[in-house]
Amino acid sequence: MKIEDKKRVLREMVLHRRFEERCYQAYIERKIGGFLHLYPGQEACCNGVMEAARPGHDYVITGYRDHVHAIKCGSDPKEVMAELYGKETGSSKGRGGSMHIFDAANRFMGGYALVGGPFPLAAGIAKAIQLKGGDEIAICFLGDAANNQGVFHETLNMAALWNLPVLFVCENNRYGIGTSIERSTAVVHQHKRVAAYNIEASECDGQDIEVVYEHARQAVDHVRSGKGPFFLELMTYRYRGHSMSDSRGYRTREEEELWKQRDPLFILRDRLIEAKEMTMADYEAIEKETDAYIENEVIKFAEESPEPRVEDLEKYVFADRESQKPWLTGNAA
Amino acid sequence: MAQIMLWEAIQRAHDEEMARDPLVICMGEDIGVAGGTYKATKGLYEKYGPLRVMDTPISEGGFTGLGIGASFLGIRPIIEIMSVNFAWLAMDQMFNSAAKIRYMSGGQLQAPCVFRSAGGAAHQLGAQHSARMEKVFMGIAGLRVVTPSNPKQAYGLLKSAIRCDDPVFINEHELMYNMKGEVPDAEYFMPLEGSEIARSGTDVTLFGYNISAHWCLKAAEILDKQYNISAEVVDLYSLSPLDRAGIKQSVSKTHRVVIAEEDEAPVGVGSEVIAIINEECFFELDAAPVRVHSALVPQPYNHTLEKAAIPDHEDVVKAVLKLFGKA
Ligand SMILES: Cc1ncc(C[n+]2csc(CCOP(=O)(O)OP(=O)(O)O)c2C)c(N)n1
Ligand SMILES: [Mg+2]
Repeated sequence: MKIEDKKRVLREMVLHRRFEERCYQAYIERKIGGFLHLYPGQEACCNGVMEAARPGHDYVITGYRDHVHAIKCGSDPKEVMAELYGKETGSSKGRGGSMHIFDAANRFMGGYALVGGPFPLAAGIAKAIQLKGGDEIAICFLGDAANNQGVFHETLNMAALWNLPVLFVCENNRYGIGTSIERSTAVVHQHKRVAAYNIEASECDGQDIEVVYEHARQAVDHVRSGKGPFFLELMTYRYRGHSMSDSRGYRTREEEELWKQRDPLFILRDRLIEAKEMTMADYEAIEKETDAYIENEVIKFAEESPEPRVEDLEKYVFADRESQKPWLTGNAA
Repeated sequence: MAQIMLWEAIQRAHDEEMARDPLVICMGEDIGVAGGTYKATKGLYEKYGPLRVMDTPISEGGFTGLGIGASFLGIRPIIEIMSVNFAWLAMDQMFNSAAKIRYMSGGQLQAPCVFRSAGGAAHQLGAQHSARMEKVFMGIAGLRVVTPSNPKQAYGLLKSAIRCDDPVFINEHELMYNMKGEVPDAEYFMPLEGSEIARSGTDVTLFGYNISAHWCLKAAEILDKQYNISAEVVDLYSLSPLDRAGIKQSVSKTHRVVIAEEDEAPVGVGSEVIAIINEECFFELDAAPVRVHSALVPQPYNHTLEKAAIPDHEDVVKAVLKLFGKA
C-alpha cells in the first residue's frame, strides 16, 4: 500500500471505529432500536479487501454487521446513522434498520439478517455481471459460522461450476454469537472447506491491513481476470459482544485482551509512527476531528431528520402501480 | 387461434420473451438438455444456450437465491422448481430475499423474478410429492401469486409475470400440462390481478382456481342439466392479491357460495374468500358459504384412500345441493 493510502485508510478506520462506538451509546440512549451488531476489531478486513477492490464499482453484499461495509462502499455516514435512527433520510428510508442498510447507487447490495442468505444472492449478482459482460466483481462478506449453512455449499458448487466472478470473504472471528468455532464446526480453518469445490482459497491475518490487502489483491485479480470464484479467509476478532445483549460469558477476558493487543487501528498507526509518517499527536487529532464530525454532522443529521410518514406504510411493498399497469390490469401492447 | 397444450403455452411464453429480451433467462433442474420435466422449456437450450438456459444442481435454496440475486441487477430469471414440494427448500430465499427486498431497501432494489412450480396431487405420488401449497405463498407481503387453469392463462400470466417488476409465483398443476385449449396467435398479456367469470349463472357462485376451476365447471354443467340450478363459476387465477371486487360482485348477484380447492381447508383459499365476503358483502348472503377441500392428511399412496382425500366435481355438486336443501 502506498503511504498516502495508508494514512487515508487509517483515518477511515478511525471513523469506522468511532461511528460504531457512537452507535453503542445511541443504543443505550434508546435512539437506536432492534438488533445492533458492531464491527470494532474487524476493521482491517473490510478496509483491506475494499482497498484492493473498487468501491462503488464492484458489488458488495454482507450480513447484518453491515454499517462499515456500506460506508466503505461510499455511503454517507449520515444516511447510515439516520437509518439506525429509523428516519426517512436513512439509507433504506427507515424501513430497513441496522441489519438492512442498502445503497444501490454505490453498489452496496445490502445487509441481510438470515445467516448465509447472501451467499446465493452474491453468486446471482456475479451471474448477472457475467451475462452483461462487465468488469465488476461480486464480493460477499460473511462470518465463519455462516459456512455451516447448506446454501454455502450449494453456492460454492454453482459458483465453481459456472465460473462466476465472485469473491467470498470469510471474516473468521471465531464465534457465531456465543458458540466458538471449535464447538460448532469440524474444521476451524474455513478455507480448507472450499477445496472440495475446486475453488482457489487463501487464509491470512485479518488484523494487519497490509497483510489483508496483499492477499485481497491476489484474490480480486483472480476473480476479475475471469478465473472464477475465490475464497479469502481473514482471521479476526470482534471486540464487543455479538449484539447488544451479550455479556460475553462464552469467552475469557484474557482472550479478549490478547486480541486487543492486535488492534487493527493500532497496528497501522504504530507502523506509520515508526516510519515517522505521523505522530501520536496527529493520531489523537484525527480521533478528535472524527468525533466532532460524528457529533456535529452525523448525529445531528440523524436527530433532526424527519420520521417516515405513516401514510407511506405500504409504500415499497410492490412496484409503483402506475408503472406496472399493463401487467396488473391488462391492456398491454 | 390455435389449440395447444398447456406446456406448449408455457414454452411459447418463454420463447417469445427470451427472443425479445436478452436479460430473460431460465433456470431449474433438467430444464435444458433434458428439455424440462413437463416439457415447458423444450427446445430453449438449443436456441439460447447454456448461459441463459441453466440446468441447475439439485440445490433449490441455492439456485433460487442465485436467480433472485441476478434479478437485483435487472436480469429476469424464470426459476422452475420441479415440484412445489421442493419449494420448501427455496422459501427462505423467496420470502426473505425476493419478497422483502424492495421494502427493506426503501425502494432501491427489486427482484423481478418468476418462480414456476408444479403442485397438486397427481396419481399416487404419495405424501412428499402431492402437496398443494398455494396457501403458503398467498400470505406473503411483496409476493404475487397466480395460478392458471388453462393454456391461455398459462401463456398470458407467464408473459405478464416476466414483465412485472415484482416477484411472481406461478402455481401450476402436474395433471394439467397436457390439457388443450385455445391460445390467441397474437401476443397476449393476462392481467396478474383479478378473476375471470368462467361461466355465468344466477343461483350460486362456485369459486375455483387451477384444477378446481374445472371441477366447478363440470359441477355447473351437472347442476344445470340435472337440477335446474344456474351456477356461476368464478376462476380466481390470482391468489395474491385475491380479487375482492370480483368476489363481491358475484356474491351480490347469486347470494350463495361454494369454494372449491384441492388444498386442505385450514388457512386456505376458502377461508380467505369467506373472510373477504364477510368484510365486503356479508349481508348479501342467503346461506352460509361452504368449502370443498382435501382431507387434512399427508397424501396417502393407496389409490382408494387418495381418492377419498381429494375432492372432485361430485363433491362440488353435493355441496351445492346441500346448500339448496336438496341433499
Ligand atoms: C438463519 C439464521 N439462523 C440463526 C440466526 C441467528 N444468528 C444471528 S447471527 C448468528 C451467528 C453468525 O455468526 P457468524 O456467521 O460467524 O458471523 P458474526 O456474527 O460472527 O460476524 C446467529 C446464529 C439468524 N440470524 N439466521
Ligand atoms: Mg463469527
